[in-house]
Amino acid sequence: MNQFENLKTTEQEKTAGSINRDVVLRTKGIGKYFHEPVKFKVLDNISFEAYKGEFLTLVGKSGSGKSTLLYCLSTMDTTYEGELFIENEKITGKKTDELAALRNKSIGFIFQFHYLLPEFSCLKNVMLPALKLGKHSYQEVEEQAYHKLEMLGLKDQALKPTSKLSGGQQQRVSIARSLINNPQIIMCDEPTGNLDSKNTQIVFDIFKQVAHDHGQTIIAVTHDNDFAKASDRTIELADGKITNYDKKNFD
Amino acid sequence: MRKKSVNIDIAFTHIFTRKKQTLVACLGVTLGVAVYLFMNSLSGGFSVYSRGEIFKNSAHIKIYKEDKISKPFIESSNENELVAIVNPQITTLSKTLVNPQGLLDKLKKQGFLTHAIAQVNVDVFYNNGKSQLKGTANGVNVLEADAMFNISSYMVGGSLKDLQGNLGGIVIGKGIAEKLNVRLNDNITVSSSYGITKTLKVKGIFSTGSALSDQSKSYINISTAQQFVKEGPSYVTTIYANTLNPDAAPDYAKALQQLTEYKVEPWQVTNADVLSGDLVRNTMMGAISLSILVVAAFGIYNILNMTVMQKINDIAILKATGFSGGDVIKIFVTEALVMGFLGCLMGLEVGGILIAIMQNVWMGPPVGYFPIYFSPQFFMSSFLLGILATLGAGYIPARKASKVDPVEIFRK
Repeated sequence: MNQFENLKTTEQEKTAGSINRDVVLRTKGIGKYFHEPVKFKVLDNISFEAYKGEFLTLVGKSGSGKSTLLYCLSTMDTTYEGELFIENEKITGKKTDELAALRNKSIGFIFQFHYLLPEFSCLKNVMLPALKLGKHSYQEVEEQAYHKLEMLGLKDQALKPTSKLSGGQQQRVSIARSLINNPQIIMCDEPTGNLDSKNTQIVFDIFKQVAHDHGQTIIAVTHDNDFAKASDRTIELADGKITNYDKKNFD
Repeated sequence: MRKKSVNIDIAFTHIFTRKKQTLVACLGVTLGVAVYLFMNSLSGGFSVYSRGEIFKNSAHIKIYKEDKISKPFIESSNENELVAIVNPQITTLSKTLVNPQGLLDKLKKQGFLTHAIAQVNVDVFYNNGKSQLKGTANGVNVLEADAMFNISSYMVGGSLKDLQGNLGGIVIGKGIAEKLNVRLNDNITVSSSYGITKTLKVKGIFSTGSALSDQSKSYINISTAQQFVKEGPSYVTTIYANTLNPDAAPDYAKALQQLTEYKVEPWQVTNADVLSGDLVRNTMMGAISLSILVVAAFGIYNILNMTVMQKINDIAILKATGFSGGDVIKIFVTEALVMGFLGCLMGLEVGGILIAIMQNVWMGPPVGYFPIYFSPQFFMSSFLLGILATLGAGYIPARKASKVDPVEIFRK
């Protein structure tokens, strides 16, 4: 076990290169069971670290537990064994309201389906998490949201209702929303699963920029091998266990 | 302030983007509140009307000498001993109150009494030719009695003032006038059980709306009444008193009982039968109107429940981006409250219009206009109950929404 841990660190050190080594997220022996229809272990003793400014992808065959792991990391799923640390703070065992506040402040989410609120304009969708955080005035938040949308090339679309936008544009709006509070970590579940190759490239470039220029950590679950290959590091899961901490070969 | 406003912001956006559903929910509450208000005003109006009917004949408080039953001469000295008393009887020899003026003066010093009058009630026969009618003549000081019972408001002929100081005059009920076939300024013969017979001139006719009292009751001057029973000016059978607040009459009666040995009876006891009828009617109307309000609340519950089901994805994403369960509850309860508030306002308006229409419906004498009236109290209670019902109806779906597990939604 000890030997294995050492091996893991050295391997990471080799590949990490220029990446800043501050640990942003750490798990210690995370395990999880599904009880329906029969008791079944989905995650088994998952321990890994994610670093500041890292673009990390989680891959694995369907049923390998990668999405389940992401939802454990997201703090939305609290029924797991083991421990989760975000910025050296123990998250496991916190109350749901504390977790909600933590997600608001430190975690951004991007999903395969954009999940924008249909009644609101793009701008308002981006603004909502910041309004909830309540750190800045309405005008400041509006300005920041415009800025994020501009960064993603959507400034002209800001005041349109979300339903008037194309799928790729909607996904970019949801990226802007995930970035609005400048969270430490951005978690994505199949962010490009619904996009064509052109939009996938756009999203990928944004992720690179966010991770490397702004020092935010991206943890993305994907089954797109090209996408994973181009990320900084790829963790592979199989049958609820980590089989590779820095997968290099993609078939 | 900002954190609150974002929840309210979301709630209002939901409301404005689904105007039709909001309107339907509002209309449900409108109907409920309008009917609730209308029914309560109706029931309140009836109560006021029936109370008015009661106060035509009885004062808030009545003081009279109660009949006493004879007691044994020998009191039993211990528990094992029983003293039998043969043929117990009413031993009241005279119905008069001793020193009525002294008692009246004492009563008039009580701050809570508005009027107090002495009265002599005499059982009499009214005769005109061969026809004879049994009844009660109320010997009163006309002006005082009018101030108390407002007799002049239901006079249908003649004037009460003509009786004032006119010892040979009488004011009779409409029923007596019809049965004896007498008109204004005709003479009728009145005789008492004491053998006194007088011919009195009809100076006025009244109609209270109650056949019983119209066919038996008459007003005469108190000294005439005293002559009928062969008594002097100190003879008084009953003292009537009105209070500031008729509802508190039982308490006032208790206080007055300390001042006198005679029976002090509040009007609630004298008219218990009428009041119990009122109570049943009020309870029934209350139950019906409340159940209509509950139905309206179910409308809001249904629509919000549907909204929660439709918006389950939105709720999940709100929770993922850091809105807590409490925030979600606030959002949906705010929506319910806005619907409830709008519905209540419209309901009060519709209810008010209904009341205004009914107020102008002429029912004919003796009722007059339909007995319904505006009461700020009913408007307040309808509004509060409406809001309360929507709050309850909104909270249940809101709680359900707050329990949405985002992971379950995202995994689908």
